[in-house]
Amino acid sequence: MSGPPAHLAPVGGWSRWQRSWWYHAVVYAQTWRGSVVGAVVLPFLFLLAMGVGVGHLVAHHHGKVGGQSYLDFLAPSLLATTAMQLGSDESLWPVLGAIKWVRTYHAAAATPLEPEDVFVGKLSWVLTRALATSIIYTAVIGIFGALHSWWALTLPLVGGLVAVAFAAPLITWAARAQSDGPFVTYYRFATVPMFLFSATFYPVSAYPAALRPLVQIAPLYHGVALARAAASGHAQLGAIAAHVSVLAAMGAVGVVLGRRAMRRRLVD
Amino acid sequence: MLTRLVPVIGSRRARHIVERNFEVYRSQWLMLISGFFEPLFYLLSIGIGLNKLVGNLTVGGRVVSYAAFVAPGMLATSMMNGAVIDTIMNVFFRLKITHSYDSILATPLDVNDVALGEIGWATGRAAIYSASFIVCMILLGDAPSWWVLLCWPAALLTGVAFAGVGLASCTFVRSWQDFDMITLVQLPIFLFSATFFPITLYPRWLGALVQLSPLYQSAALLRGLSLGQFSGVMVLRAGYLVVFGLVGLSVAARRFARILTP
Amino acid sequence: MSERGQGGAPVVVARGLTKRFGEFAAVRGIDVTVRPGESFGFLGPNGAGKTSTMRMVSAVSRPSAGELTIFGLDPRTHGPEIRARLGVVPQEDTLELELSVRWNLEIFGRYFDLPRALIRQRTQELLEFVQLADRADSRVDDLSGGMRRRLTIARALINQPEILILDEPTTGLDPQARHLVWDRLYRLKREGVTLIITTHYMDEAEQLCDRLVVMDHGTIVAEGTPRELIDAHSTREVVELRFDDDGDGDASGDGGRVARLGDLAERVEVLPDRVLLYVDDGDDVLSTVHREGIVPASALVRRSSLEDVFLRLTGRTLVE
Repeated sequence: MSGPPAHLAPVGGWSRWQRSWWYHAVVYAQTWRGSVVGAVVLPFLFLLAMGVGVGHLVAHHHGKVGGQSYLDFLAPSLLATTAMQLGSDESLWPVLGAIKWVRTYHAAAATPLEPEDVFVGKLSWVLTRALATSIIYTAVIGIFGALHSWWALTLPLVGGLVAVAFAAPLITWAARAQSDGPFVTYYRFATVPMFLFSATFYPVSAYPAALRPLVQIAPLYHGVALARAAASGHAQLGAIAAHVSVLAAMGAVGVVLGRRAMRRRLVD
Repeated sequence: MLTRLVPVIGSRRARHIVERNFEVYRSQWLMLISGFFEPLFYLLSIGIGLNKLVGNLTVGGRVVSYAAFVAPGMLATSMMNGAVIDTIMNVFFRLKITHSYDSILATPLDVNDVALGEIGWATGRAAIYSASFIVCMILLGDAPSWWVLLCWPAALLTGVAFAGVGLASCTFVRSWQDFDMITLVQLPIFLFSATFFPITLYPRWLGALVQLSPLYQSAALLRGLSLGQFSGVMVLRAGYLVVFGLVGLSVAARRFARILTP
Repeated sequence: MSERGQGGAPVVVARGLTKRFGEFAAVRGIDVTVRPGESFGFLGPNGAGKTSTMRMVSAVSRPSAGELTIFGLDPRTHGPEIRARLGVVPQEDTLELELSVRWNLEIFGRYFDLPRALIRQRTQELLEFVQLADRADSRVDDLSGGMRRRLTIARALINQPEILILDEPTTGLDPQARHLVWDRLYRLKREGVTLIITTHYMDEAEQLCDRLVVMDHGTIVAEGTPRELIDAHSTREVVELRFDDDGDGDASGDGGRVARLGDLAERVEVLPDRVLLYVDDGDDVLSTVHREGIVPASALVRRSSLEDVFLRLTGRTLVE
């Protein structure tokens, strides 16, 4: 074997979290199989069945929904929901698995990477996937003719924000979890109700006034509202700022706690 | 005891697998309880919002609310998803990750016991979930007649049929990534089996294609029962599900034997 | 790999090194010095504190108390710099099962921020070194346990580490696979790589280690070369006797048998399945045993090993 010792060798110039990001990218590129097809096909199917199919029934009976066709109303909320789903799916089992079962995060912690780098690398990879998926979703919505403003170009950013808002706290949870049992409960009692009740399928005005604040607590509600505003181009600045702040705060708290949780888990 | 509700299928030893699963799950009782809430969430969501947007539909000459139209389809879907999640996720986990079958097979239990036990467990869960679903339908006013009680055995049939197919497909799963493939099959079936809108909305040729979907057959059967609209076609629909389940089971049994006893 | 001499400043220095998990102290104030180029072993049964020590020496886990320097640097402040110069083979393989052998090495090389061309070149060399070149494109999932172990070693070498840290490198491997791993480690040692090894196998410690410490209950109970330890804590030879008549549940039955054997040896150890006599001339003592009318079911004369040292120091066998 030849060459100077590695620490003297020329370096690639990647910061440590970027190397962790690259690891996730490689694993994905080597094992993605169906998911890219899914990322393109599933939006089509959903918009076709719910937007066009159910939309036909809605148009027949009720007409416009919140001043929009049902397809226009529904499409952005499906994008936000998909981002939530991705932010959740990528953050729970895969992270606990990499810590507990295959222990690949421990392997990374034995290299120059710090536990914080592992956390940030993972989160940035979730963001990357969310952006890519949302770009595809936006294009599909465009094909269905449900984009009505140049602001729709910001839809991928909305998807990325929603995914990070969920992923950051959830990776933190997975980094602390001893078993995956409670993860299913999270899906049943958090993602499913949010998917159903965050003004995703019908306007928040369908709820009695007393219940509306409850709906508006849900993080997904803010993601759906942002996405709908972006697709239609109709929004109030104050409302947008509020929605963005809620999601950004979730992400920020998740990052602060998650870096700490990952260190505690990988180092001791 | 939940295990006592589970119908006895095949060898009595298979029940050990059922009991084993239950032991594993008991520590996660919240997860079991949560299974009751899912149908409630779905039906509530539809009742609050979509009912108003879509209004009433005419099914077999009878005018029903959208929620009453959708509920049997949701019940069928919940049976399909429950069976698929239970068999594919759990079985794959034990087959590939924890290798707990290998240790089970070191006992007097054999491969058929394992397969039947898993299906027995899935059926037990389906029995509980479908019962709670039907109760939710009645409570939320989505069941126009008491015939809805007949949905229970039909829902069980759906659960078992999909568990058989789920078990067969999980023998083909190589890694977690392959679950995306399963979603890719499951989701179109869910979306286009005339669960959310009548089959009459499709062009005729597409409607004929949808008829092939076991989920459509199950949903149509359940809808007929819940509305009390009986006809001879129902026997055909039930028979279709039986055949579908048996094909899945026989494939599963053969593949399982090959994987676990090399 | 360049030749590195035995001289020079110590690469690892620990003074009063302690690791506590809550109330439990896994490592209780140990002193260790590892010199460059040597092969240093931590010997002890499961739970002796070896793995906790290794994780601290790997600059991953933080000491609860005491001093630790690696390459003269403090791991608390220079973790990444230290780890850039280490290779770690953990007790359980932490390979990416779904990826190929080649990609596992590539990922690791990138963790060290090595240029891709260099990684590719090193990958080729390392796979040949651990005899996995023909499996470069196989999924790790499809490899045998011995192959995975060798791949883990190759992975730990991707950054040309100055210290290779191995935690139980051959546990769970069949004899053939063990010898292959030992052979590769021996070559690395000749090339000047410092090896730090934990093991609960005596033969492994004797094969690989220039110097070792015996750990028990989180402390070091002896230190030296394998030869020194045997000379200091055991006799030259050991007579192992097995008896069939375990009337009262152990081989010490037959009333005064042990007392009579005790007169023949420097020391007697009574184990559940055999009696060990520590003596200088085994054959001589064995014939005396027969002359005394004590008839064992089987008898064996062997040289003292580290196993005997451990038994002497802790009163326990290593593999229980």
